[in-house]
Amino acid sequence: MHISDKLIINHLQDGIPVTDEPFAEIATLCGISQDEVVARIQRLLDEGYLSRFGPMFHAQELGGGLTLAAMKIPAEDFERVNQQVNSFDEVAHNYEREHELNMWFVLATKTPQGIAETIRKIEQTTGYPVYNMPKKEEFYVGLRFTL
Amino acid sequence: MSAYVLPSDLAAANDAEDFSAIDERIILATQAGLPLTTKPYHALAEQLQLPVELIQQRMQAMLDNKQIRRIAVVPNHYKLGFCANGMSVWNIADEHIARVGKLFGSLDYVSHCYHRPRHLPAWPYSVFAMVHGRDRSEVQAKVTEMSHLIDALDLGHDILYSKRILKKTGLRFKAD
Repeated sequence: MHISDKLIINHLQDGIPVTDEPFAEIATLCGISQDEVVARIQRLLDEGYLSRFGPMFHAQELGGGLTLAAMKIPAEDFERVNQQVNSFDEVAHNYEREHELNMWFVLATKTPQGIAETIRKIEQTTGYPVYNMPKKEEFYVGLRFTL
Repeated sequence: MSAYVLPSDLAAANDAEDFSAIDERIILATQAGLPLTTKPYHALAEQLQLPVELIQQRMQAMLDNKQIRRIAVVPNHYKLGFCANGMSVWNIADEHIARVGKLFGSLDYVSHCYHRPRHLPAWPYSVFAMVHGRDRSEVQAKVTEMSHLIDALDLGHDILYSKRILKKTGLRFKAD
């Protein structure tokens, strides 16, 4: 990977400023033009090294509800429950994990009250209990990759 | 979505400093990303037909009040060779959770670190830390290192590897 690409990834994952030309500083650091910075970011996006460029919103600060929830589903019922759980728009991500609690999903709702309601509906639909694990405190969110 | 300023937006903004309608338009327009140009805020202003000063003022305000964590590029850790991630979960006594959480959160291979509720007896773990590595043995080594770091405060831990992505639509805060 080109040194400018590494500098871009290392520095811009921490954020760009809200200024007229937010890439001015990284361009100087790399010794390239701002146009070339933009072209490199576009290529990194196209090639999949970056998944996104933009604001990262904080769902709860925006007034919505957000939680992590888990379920313990027997293997023979897994696909049925998977389909039922995924059919809820409130389910943003869903992962199968290697554990007794084998289904883990993130629920995002427009209001904080929506979480309990959605969990109740999922329990009714699937017939299995949902373990609600909302964050009580956040210590860190982000990922610092140094390439 | 309308490409024009809604008169009610500006009226509301001017009247009572209620920017919620404008903020909502900014959120809807950028939840999939910011225009990638040398002047992204100008491009967004043009797209929303709003003054760039207002766009910048509101985005800075949303950063300041934490509605936006940061405006940044998001690396795809799989593509960058960090293929393995394990959700490490820790049974930490209540009085030590904050200290351990901050310590784990400061490690550069931890991407998310939270205090979450236990569900006894099925689930004794109170601290979650997502650990990234090039493969599972690296994740395992890092979790062992974390356990040594907190020594006797580790009352038990486990690593949950993801076997399959069942759904990934991303967060959509406010639908039209």
